[in-house]
Amino acid sequence: MKTQYSLLLYLSLLLVSLAAPLLLPDYRTQLALLWVMVVFALTWDIMGGQMGYNSFGNILFFGVGMYACAVIQRDSGLSYFPALYLGIAAGGIVALLLALIIGNGLLGLRGHYFAIGTLGLGVAAGEIAGGWDYIGAGSGMTPPLFPGELSVRDTFFYYAFFVWATITFFTLRWLYQGRFGLAINAIRDNEDKAEAMGLHTTRYKIAAWSITAFFLGVTGAAMGNLIGFIDPKDVAFAGSTYGVWMILMAIAGGKGTLWGPVIGAVLFHITQELFWTLLLGWQRVALGLLIIIIVLFFPQGILGWIRERFSKRRQSEQPTLAHTTPPRSEQQEQST
Amino acid sequence: MGSKPASLAHTTLASTLVPPLTNTNNIIMLDNLTILIDAPVFIVDLLVNGILIGAIFVLAAYGMALVWGVMNIINVAQGEYVMLGGFVTLLVVKAGLHPLWGIPIAACVLFILGLILYRLILYRVVDRDIFISLLATFGISILLAQLINQLFGADVQTIDPGLGTWHFMDGMVTVSVTKVIAFSLALGLGLCLWFFLKHARIGQAIRATAQNAQAARILGIDTHRVYAITYGINAALCGTAGSLVIMAWAVHPYMGLPYTVRSFMVVIVAGLGNLPGVVLAGLGLGAAENFAGFIAGTEFQIAFVFLLMIAILIWRNRALKRQRRYLK
Repeated sequence: MKTQYSLLLYLSLLLVSLAAPLLLPDYRTQLALLWVMVVFALTWDIMGGQMGYNSFGNILFFGVGMYACAVIQRDSGLSYFPALYLGIAAGGIVALLLALIIGNGLLGLRGHYFAIGTLGLGVAAGEIAGGWDYIGAGSGMTPPLFPGELSVRDTFFYYAFFVWATITFFTLRWLYQGRFGLAINAIRDNEDKAEAMGLHTTRYKIAAWSITAFFLGVTGAAMGNLIGFIDPKDVAFAGSTYGVWMILMAIAGGKGTLWGPVIGAVLFHITQELFWTLLLGWQRVALGLLIIIIVLFFPQGILGWIRERFSKRRQSEQPTLAHTTPPRSEQQEQST
Repeated sequence: MGSKPASLAHTTLASTLVPPLTNTNNIIMLDNLTILIDAPVFIVDLLVNGILIGAIFVLAAYGMALVWGVMNIINVAQGEYVMLGGFVTLLVVKAGLHPLWGIPIAACVLFILGLILYRLILYRVVDRDIFISLLATFGISILLAQLINQLFGADVQTIDPGLGTWHFMDGMVTVSVTKVIAFSLALGLGLCLWFFLKHARIGQAIRATAQNAQAARILGIDTHRVYAITYGINAALCGTAGSLVIMAWAVHPYMGLPYTVRSFMVVIVAGLGNLPGVVLAGLGLGAAENFAGFIAGTEFQIAFVFLLMIAILIWRNRALKRQRRYLK
């Protein structure tokens, strides 16, 4: 019965997603960005939600992928599509390699040290890109023009990002169901105990970090072509917009869950677009306020809230555990 | 960003002195290194100015150490308070007062802002998971930066306090009087802070709360009042720093994060509850940054700050890892 329902859900979502650019042709770019946001939130949640490593600098991989793709497109001499595909692959691989290289040192940090360290990494990358002449320094880079009309371009990228978000979602679902998911959840709940039980925590941490990097790198590579202009600090390494949004979306939907980031991303993207049209100029101020409000009043997110209510009803016969343990977010999410 | 004009001055001065033949077959980036070897007097200039710059980092780092130690919050909005201090001073000057009045006025305004923000936001996160407070203060930082950008525009603002500069060694070493004031103020305020925490009634309450908030509450200390005052003092210290930044260099709405990272870095190097350490680390950071900005180029100076922070974090963590411990 349950599988039938979820099949129905997936099918209807598939239909809506396939039809969306045809039904709303004026909003194709925004719809494409919606899938980017979904990937952002999903990939942030690998580390932040499932593994308990709150990274503030995942934007690094996004930007690196974007630049890698743009450099390939500029220097490879191929025509548009081969260069694009090669660039996207390169974006993912370069981001993955970078994650492997820096992962060992950085993932030894924990808690807020990890958070601030990654935050610094994202900003440093933006600053370096802004001073490096090979990739255009402060004036950024412009990927080659899409051969075809603007509407064709938007439709192409809409479906590309839709496919990519779907791949991300199912890959993560598969990973969370297996040993990998259990291992990173164990790291979140108690890293020292997990290590004492014989889990190679460092390996799992680097693996999770690399998966995040790969998916974000590919997203960044394609995103540079959708936006059409790569600015080091406002597009590629945009820590104060995309970088924070990915955290916010995962939290708003419910971190540590599979569907939470997706729901959070959709709601956040709609809110953000509404702000953009309604609050001329003040939208960024409003977004700052929104961050504070979500963090203060909905830190457990939509799915977290539903689960809390649901499990309260279920656990009413054995209330001792729920009441004596301090209300820390990690402990409530153990059931995921 | 703040030290850009200062270091730019070095580069222009330096480029007039270098004979063009040194540019051949050299990596462009390291040209300035040869200047340092050829003209060691620049080392003195960079060192003096760097240490004076560091005094401003020390001011913001005092606040960060205080809030971190007492409230267990890492205040990401630290740099934005510095920025606000600068803009308050700008308003003071526009109102027709001498820029030096900006220092006490910025401190008072920021103190009140700190109290208000505590009452509205931090009050709700102070006892919670550190991730929540990190993200909440990050939200405050974005909010303030965008608000100032909306009100004042994204332009770089600066004030010339008209205090002049001192020259040493045939004019090769220049020191602006503003930076000397900043330096003495940082050390003086550090002493005041130490005395206040040691001997004032509320200072003792702050230390008691830092040691054990629950016990302090049982003994009749209103910890929320203590937190509010701590946060206010932090904002006031940052406001003072910002007021000096706009006089010595410049401020703009998005300058905050590097200042946050600098004060964070100074605190992790010095360790919590180590005021002399904060002074030394801050001054050292100022000097290191000035040298790095000169050698690698000013466009990489901020990147240097952030990379240095990551390097310090990893290095400190590695040292602890040998004992199967990690940074807490």
